[in-house]
Amino acid sequence: MALKSQLGSLFKNPTWRAALFWLLPAAFLGYFFYQPLLALFELLISPEWGFDLSTLNWRRVWSPLEFTIGQASLSTLLTLIIGLPGAWLFAKFEFPGKQTLKMLTTLPFILPTVVVAAGFNALLGPRGWVNLGLMALFDLNAPPIQFLNTFGAILVAHVFYNTTIIIRVVSNAWTRQNIRLQHAAAVLGATPWQTFKEVTFPLLRPSILAATLLVFLFNFTSFGVVLMLGGPQFSTLEVEIYIQALHMLNLPLAAVLSILQLLCTLVITIGHNRLSGRRDRTLAPGSPEVGVRIPKRGLERLVVILLVVSLFALLVSPLAALAARSFVKLEADRGERGEIQRGLTLDYYRELGFNRRGSLFYVPPIAAAWNSLMFAGITILITLFLGLLVAYGLRQRTALNAILDPLLMLPLGASAITLGLGFIIVFNRPPFSNFRFPILLPIAHSLVALPFVVRTLGPALQSIPVSLRNAARVLGASPGRVWREIDLPLLAPAILVGGIFALTISLGEFGATTFLTRPEYPTLPVAIFRYISQPGALNYGQALAMSTILMTVSAAGILLIEHLHLPGKDLF
Amino acid sequence: MKRTYLLLTLTLILGLLAACAPQSASPSESPRVLTVMTHDSFAASEGLIAQFEAEHNVTVSFIRSGDTGSALNQAILSRENPLADVFYGVDNTFLTRALQAGIFESYSSPLLEVIPAEFIVDPQHYALPVDYGDVCINYDKAYFEEHDLAVPASLEELTQPEYAGLLVTENPATSSPGLAFLLATIANFGEEGYLDYWRDLADNGLVVVGDWETAYYTNFSGSSGQGPQPMVVSYGSSPAAEVYFAETPPDEAPTASIIGPNTCFRQIEFVGILNGTPNRDLAEAFVDFMLSVPFQEDIPLQMFVFPVNTEAALPKVFIDSVQVPDQPATLAIDVIDASRGDWIEAWMQTVLE
Repeated sequence: MALKSQLGSLFKNPTWRAALFWLLPAAFLGYFFYQPLLALFELLISPEWGFDLSTLNWRRVWSPLEFTIGQASLSTLLTLIIGLPGAWLFAKFEFPGKQTLKMLTTLPFILPTVVVAAGFNALLGPRGWVNLGLMALFDLNAPPIQFLNTFGAILVAHVFYNTTIIIRVVSNAWTRQNIRLQHAAAVLGATPWQTFKEVTFPLLRPSILAATLLVFLFNFTSFGVVLMLGGPQFSTLEVEIYIQALHMLNLPLAAVLSILQLLCTLVITIGHNRLSGRRDRTLAPGSPEVGVRIPKRGLERLVVILLVVSLFALLVSPLAALAARSFVKLEADRGERGEIQRGLTLDYYRELGFNRRGSLFYVPPIAAAWNSLMFAGITILITLFLGLLVAYGLRQRTALNAILDPLLMLPLGASAITLGLGFIIVFNRPPFSNFRFPILLPIAHSLVALPFVVRTLGPALQSIPVSLRNAARVLGASPGRVWREIDLPLLAPAILVGGIFALTISLGEFGATTFLTRPEYPTLPVAIFRYISQPGALNYGQALAMSTILMTVSAAGILLIEHLHLPGKDLF
Repeated sequence: MKRTYLLLTLTLILGLLAACAPQSASPSESPRVLTVMTHDSFAASEGLIAQFEAEHNVTVSFIRSGDTGSALNQAILSRENPLADVFYGVDNTFLTRALQAGIFESYSSPLLEVIPAEFIVDPQHYALPVDYGDVCINYDKAYFEEHDLAVPASLEELTQPEYAGLLVTENPATSSPGLAFLLATIANFGEEGYLDYWRDLADNGLVVVGDWETAYYTNFSGSSGQGPQPMVVSYGSSPAAEVYFAETPPDEAPTASIIGPNTCFRQIEFVGILNGTPNRDLAEAFVDFMLSVPFQEDIPLQMFVFPVNTEAALPKVFIDSVQVPDQPATLAIDVIDASRGDWIEAWMQTVLE
């Protein structure tokens, strides 16, 4: 009894309470993230590996750093310009096909860069649909649009990838806002602009900042997009780490670059936390359905249509081009290639089911899809569990949180290559080496997904007014019941969004996967890469077909999560 | 109520883990496990490996660890506590690094007798050659016919104005064929001359992309991608792949390789027994198996490279569609290792900046 009351008083101290919530997540991060990284750095930053600061090629450090910061800032700005109106669209309006469009705008986030590159190539490449159309229309000999291997391609791909983060996080917060506040402002004589500036925006600010941080960090550590769409002129820190570690075998330089990238991530996160340091206001959340309406008036309808069309053009058309290309043969009719090979085909899909060469590493598409979903399922369980703990730990601003929160974000800034090599050093021993099942794979995915889940759950939890909980407690509800009947229903939408992020990150992750995968458990991205790295029209077509399957599986996953019946949906 | 939830969750998680665990099948004498570490391009016929497994009562587990550089790094970093028993896939551009790191144990396989001396690069037999292939410029036959253009026969001719803007290559810093082509120019023009040559190539509209996939599928006109450049730095075996992987195989390959002296760089891939393996006997058996005729004859259509064993017969599509250069470019492995970084750095400053 004495112990219980002692524990109880411990739980009342905010710092200790935060510490209790942090216990498991911190142990998880420390063991699976910081341990391998530190072990790797300790090994590489030693004279034995030829580490010598004076002979280091600093040119390969500063120039990527400069480019990384520049492209990340510009990409983030562009993503906000597209994403914020998108968030407004989804938060405020009802229009036909809304759910489908929302799901489609999430798909880019899942796709491995190999596929995204193939998608943009199918749309804007020299033989892409747009160039083919223009060439046929104006009778041109050469493709008029030069898209690949330009700086513009990097920016467009980043917007394509990350807009969904802004849309999901911000529109989720926007929907939760209590419409009565805006009505009150209007009644008091505020113009719509004043209402937005004084009421709506300040309430959205934490979500916008959180989403911006995630987008910036994602752009900051961009790898595949820069390598495959930007071409050889452009190199980010992450690309340089890849080059130095895997092509030059210059591991010490790769370690220096990794440390620099981690430091930048840390500085950016701390800066972000300072910026959003003002106490967030908690207000009674409104019903999600109240503010949503069908666009009226001519102008409003026009704006909504324009937004839908541009989201479609930017986020959906590359996916559609890719999917279309997996059903179409596009061989030019040249004399010596035998008969004309054009037209619709299912050959690429049919061929996926055959192990034509009797290859040991043949992957049946169903098995790959199943493996991917299984890893994603485990990732969702891990991240939601740990993410909820962290979100509760972060609820109060304590000194402990100020330190732990940036450390939680660091996995976003860690290079997959560095982490993968660190895993090899540290976990290449029992018990992990005894498992045939690559449990480290969903764990690595969870490290990347956790910051997303926390950034989604955090603002949602902050917005729950203490008064609601107090009222429940006064009415005699046990703490467990308060959680089940107050917190959980109000958190449900954010939990769904977090789950979708975990699903998408896990399904598309390819970097760490290459280090941790076991041949018995190939994932969809691994299978795609297997086809695309071999010559021949059939392999290319099969890679596109497999990518289309990945998109379908992901879409199914998102729809499934969105239709999960969590309590709270029909509470109001 | 709460307990039920907890129990339910636990059961779910446990069930999930159980479903993931491998089905345990225990025959009378459980087979030993031989682990082979290799790169992503490794492929072999299922039946062949099954035969080896049955013969030696062993389960062969393959760890495919990314591209060559990635796999080699993992082998080197884990050398105190090896991840596998056998490592396959280090090539002549990386071999010195592997030998210096001491990841291999020497093994003088009896099958080395049927392998030509030119492939036995390591006289101490820490690394044994398995296969070789040439990185060559592929060209689109139809383009040169339609434009009535002669196919260039040497590296020098590529700088002539009629070939302006017709060649696409890969960045040697990010691509293995890109590096091989850079090495070919160094073998041909020497360390003093290769940068001038690249300057001329760049002035003649050379297109550089990051990786082989982009070069071949997006830029090259002879592949399914139908891009703008009719010449691409690829593999000597790519024309055979165009035939073999075609939906309706054409009578003749749509592409071919330029095989003048020093235009192609020869890559040789090696296998070695990892230092400290507890399964030395099985590892030896597996290396012998890889060098034996059945596996060597399986190599061409699985990995699109040539077997080193002179007794292995080639498949028809290889004989018909793959040209083998009489004089491929080569460089000593320790020279490559010592200068690779400097060469690539100088190349990037000359061509990209």
